[in-house]
Amino acid sequence: MQTRQPLVESPNGALELSNEEIARYSRHLIMPEVALEGQKLLKAAKILTVGTGGLGSPLALYLAAAGVGTIGIVDFDVVDESNLQRQIIHTTSDVGRPKVQSAYEKIKDINPNVEVRVHEEALTSENALEIFEAYDVIVDGTDNFPTRYLVNDACVLLGKPNVYGSIFRFEGQASVFYAKEGPCYRCLYPEPPPPGLVPSCAEGGVLGILPGAIGTIQATETAKLILGIGEPLIGRLLLYDALGMRFREMKLRKDPNCPVCGENPTVTELIDYQEFCGIPQAVTAEQENGVPEITVGELKTRLDKGEDINVLDVREPHEYEVANIGVKLIPLGELPQRLAELDQDEYFVVHCKTGGRSAKAVKLLQDAGFLNVYNVKGGITAWSEEIDPSVPKY
Amino acid sequence: MPKVKIPTPLRQYTGGSSEVVVGGATAGEALGNLASEHPDLKQHLYTGDGKLRSFVNVYKGNEDIRYLEGQDTEVADGDEISIVPSIAGGRCR
Repeated sequence: MQTRQPLVESPNGALELSNEEIARYSRHLIMPEVALEGQKLLKAAKILTVGTGGLGSPLALYLAAAGVGTIGIVDFDVVDESNLQRQIIHTTSDVGRPKVQSAYEKIKDINPNVEVRVHEEALTSENALEIFEAYDVIVDGTDNFPTRYLVNDACVLLGKPNVYGSIFRFEGQASVFYAKEGPCYRCLYPEPPPPGLVPSCAEGGVLGILPGAIGTIQATETAKLILGIGEPLIGRLLLYDALGMRFREMKLRKDPNCPVCGENPTVTELIDYQEFCGIPQAVTAEQENGVPEITVGELKTRLDKGEDINVLDVREPHEYEVANIGVKLIPLGELPQRLAELDQDEYFVVHCKTGGRSAKAVKLLQDAGFLNVYNVKGGITAWSEEIDPSVPKY
Repeated sequence: MPKVKIPTPLRQYTGGSSEVVVGGATAGEALGNLASEHPDLKQHLYTGDGKLRSFVNVYKGNEDIRYLEGQDTEVADGDEISIVPSIAGGRCR
């Protein structure tokens, strides 16, 4: 029933299934498209999920259930409360624990036959090739551009398929980047957006259920590649619109001029991806994002002293409703039109949720002639963590 | 008049609309009209010197205009132009 070459070598006699496994996988075994041969292919397969978060959670759960023999997990993070809204492999009792430990236990609980290899480290240009080498399929479940380009390039250099998924608010994308047969991620997006131009998690948010759909699509594609059945998303970009509940598909082509997978590649080894994405590394004590800063500790001290400081909140009204420190609110988008409400000669301190938007606001005010403007480093989140825990974190 | 499908991250600049009908005989004209009608959208679609940003892909139907005639790709009534930006989910900064 195979329509393409399975990704994994057929183990034939080399791999047997125990009676327990046969009972477990019965619903696979009675389908001609999988059958005993296919189940053995799944057992012989080694897949790596980069990230055990929103996308990695359903992926790891379903592939464990399906009987993939080896599942590797890369994640350096610990479980945070705010993860529980969508990272369904982690539960309330896991808060504070390393994600890889939590994931390891859930995978083994679902299916003890799975060998789980834990990589509790950040994926970098120094370790990516070595980590990826042992696996047949790499699944990109990451949440930032530098790592996506790193995963892509490493997969192209090693000749491995990269099962891609990404999400934002109510939309998702999925594809399979396999340079041997089609385009890679760089063929689709040669350059990342400069930092600050695309809304990030704090400003974007995501419907918690959404990565479930995309992660499960990634799991499906991974299984199809292993089994050599169906048509994988190679050369196709699946677009998922959860609000309209519509799926659309775009044709993707391999770019002959792609610097990594094209006819004359210029990228033949892993590069500095932070630099590639324009993320500055050197940060002085006082300035980040090029704007003057003040810590929440300093701000508190000065307010307690009775200093004449104007604190400005540049978040959205719906965020203000969730948590605020009782100061004037002018959403960032409205600031240019509402500058007249502020006195240029006064001392201003600007905050948002974590410090990104407020940095933009400070630059805007500086350009408009305000001389004494400072960015609150860490935003209201830092205020809640360090000064006043009664202010909710969200 | 072609329809332009607006991705979620950019809908805040089109008053929340997910689809906008614009005038234009080519993809370039349609996008230009879109940016004129919704000026806040401009910096997200175009660089300072008026080129389409490379992390924003534009499709006529399901074909990337890069592989058709680029901005000169002809569009007719009812044709669907999709803007598909790169998204990464998650992490701030």
